[in-house]
Amino acid sequence: MGILKHHGKIERNLLALVLGIFVTVSIGGIVEVLPLFTIESTIEKVQGIRPYSPLELAGRNIYVREGCYLCHSQMIRPFRDEAERYGHYSLAAESLYDRPFQWGSKRTGPDLARVGGKYSNEWHVRHLVNPRSVVPGSVMPGYPHLLSTPLAADDIADHLKTLKTLGDPYSDEMIREARADLAAQAAPEAEVEGLLKRYPKAAVGDFDGQPGRLTEMDAVIAYLQMLGRMVDFTKFDPAAADR
Amino acid sequence: MTEDKNAPKDKVAAKDEKAPRAPKTMGHEWDGIAEYNNPLPRWWVLVFMVCIAWAVGYMVVMPSVPGVKDFFGGTAGFSSRAGVRDVLAETATQRQEWLKPMADAPLDEIVANPALRQMAMRGGEVIFKENCAACHMVGGAGTKGYPALVDDEWIWGGSLTEIQQTIRHGIRSGDPLARTAEMPAFGRDGLLTRAEIGQVADFVLAMAAGKPGPAAGQALYQANCAVCHGEKGEGMKETGAPALDNRIWLYGGSRAEVMAQISVPRHGVMPNWGGRLSDVEIKQLSVYVHSLGGGQ
Repeated sequence: MGILKHHGKIERNLLALVLGIFVTVSIGGIVEVLPLFTIESTIEKVQGIRPYSPLELAGRNIYVREGCYLCHSQMIRPFRDEAERYGHYSLAAESLYDRPFQWGSKRTGPDLARVGGKYSNEWHVRHLVNPRSVVPGSVMPGYPHLLSTPLAADDIADHLKTLKTLGDPYSDEMIREARADLAAQAAPEAEVEGLLKRYPKAAVGDFDGQPGRLTEMDAVIAYLQMLGRMVDFTKFDPAAADR
Repeated sequence: MTEDKNAPKDKVAAKDEKAPRAPKTMGHEWDGIAEYNNPLPRWWVLVFMVCIAWAVGYMVVMPSVPGVKDFFGGTAGFSSRAGVRDVLAETATQRQEWLKPMADAPLDEIVANPALRQMAMRGGEVIFKENCAACHMVGGAGTKGYPALVDDEWIWGGSLTEIQQTIRHGIRSGDPLARTAEMPAFGRDGLLTRAEIGQVADFVLAMAAGKPGPAAGQALYQANCAVCHGEKGEGMKETGAPALDNRIWLYGGSRAEVMAQISVPRHGVMPNWGGRLSDVEIKQLSVYVHSLGGGQ
């Protein structure tokens, strides 16, 4: 313990104190920052992960705006009970294009990482407007305004551009077609071949039960219906992704 | 250095007996205030040192230090993902005793075998609560827009295999084998006038109540509706046309609701559960749903 008696020497020498603080804080910083430089190698390589389609991205923004993450996680942990209830544990790659990720830290409601395709669009509309109408014991607040608020999406191409700057692989074509893709995904009779080529497995159709209108409800449901559906786990080699 | 006035009294009092340790100070003093320089409690320092030693050991044993292309995985070879895979594999092995016979047996044999039936019922109930109750309600009670599963009215058929087919491929789910049917929008597409729709609704409501309906409505019904819903309103499960000769209504049984459904029909969607649920889980679910009250 002898060394501890000499703290006075550091505390009385300004240069030594500054250097000591710098070294200590640096270690803490490096431990947090260094792994980010190896992110390319720490995220598993899986097939099927793609950036969000414009409509899904708009829905995701609303999901964040409404604070859904406060009660819903999007993170199936590698435990038996979670795997049996929600499905395959979440992969890092599945959050690759989430900025910020929506893992959440609390489950007042169920996990939503694989909710895509689990319920019909019509169910989602009813549930979001008044959760008690389909889940009698639910404590979730209703979001009826989503159904009446037109989706403000004129700047969607700029959202894509911003994400491209951050490294998301949006092509020039995707940015050019962003506004059209957004409208086409929620229009029941629209031509969606190009959309589905750019964004495979995207859910298309009229989501909110109001065929002529593009509302925030359309965007949120398009986002929810895609959650957890990108990776085909029948073709997934778990041993290759062991971490 | 002045005498510390804040020092505990007993120490001051014991001055004469054992020479007390004078409180150590940093040696400086301003306006009579000096700074102690007491050592940290020994137990605290020891715990601190043990924690550091533990951290070093933990870094060696558990996955810790990132490298350029990989990371140091630790000497214990711990992996939470491998862990859950082992646990799930172990669970599957334990369940194999009854999962295997259930996977091999056709649905009617599962129902005929009391032990298998009981396992299917228990498993099916759990799966139903997690996946189906959100629409069909707890116990399959149903609600407006989502059929009750406890009665013997089946839109797409209520035999074990028909239920299994519906669960696996869904209804208008986008699955290539999904059950799909579309009722014409008689009002929106101008096939019937509003007055005619009212007449048909009156006839349908009378038929549901077991009474003779108005003749005009009957003629319109026979011309437009009977091909799917049947001459007497008995329904047709091949086309997913619900029976209209009873008072079970999917979208409500008031005159306005019936007219709305004729005018612009709603087409419910049920997801396809094949892929999300395993084959043997769908079997359990089929046995459970079949048992809810109306299985045919």
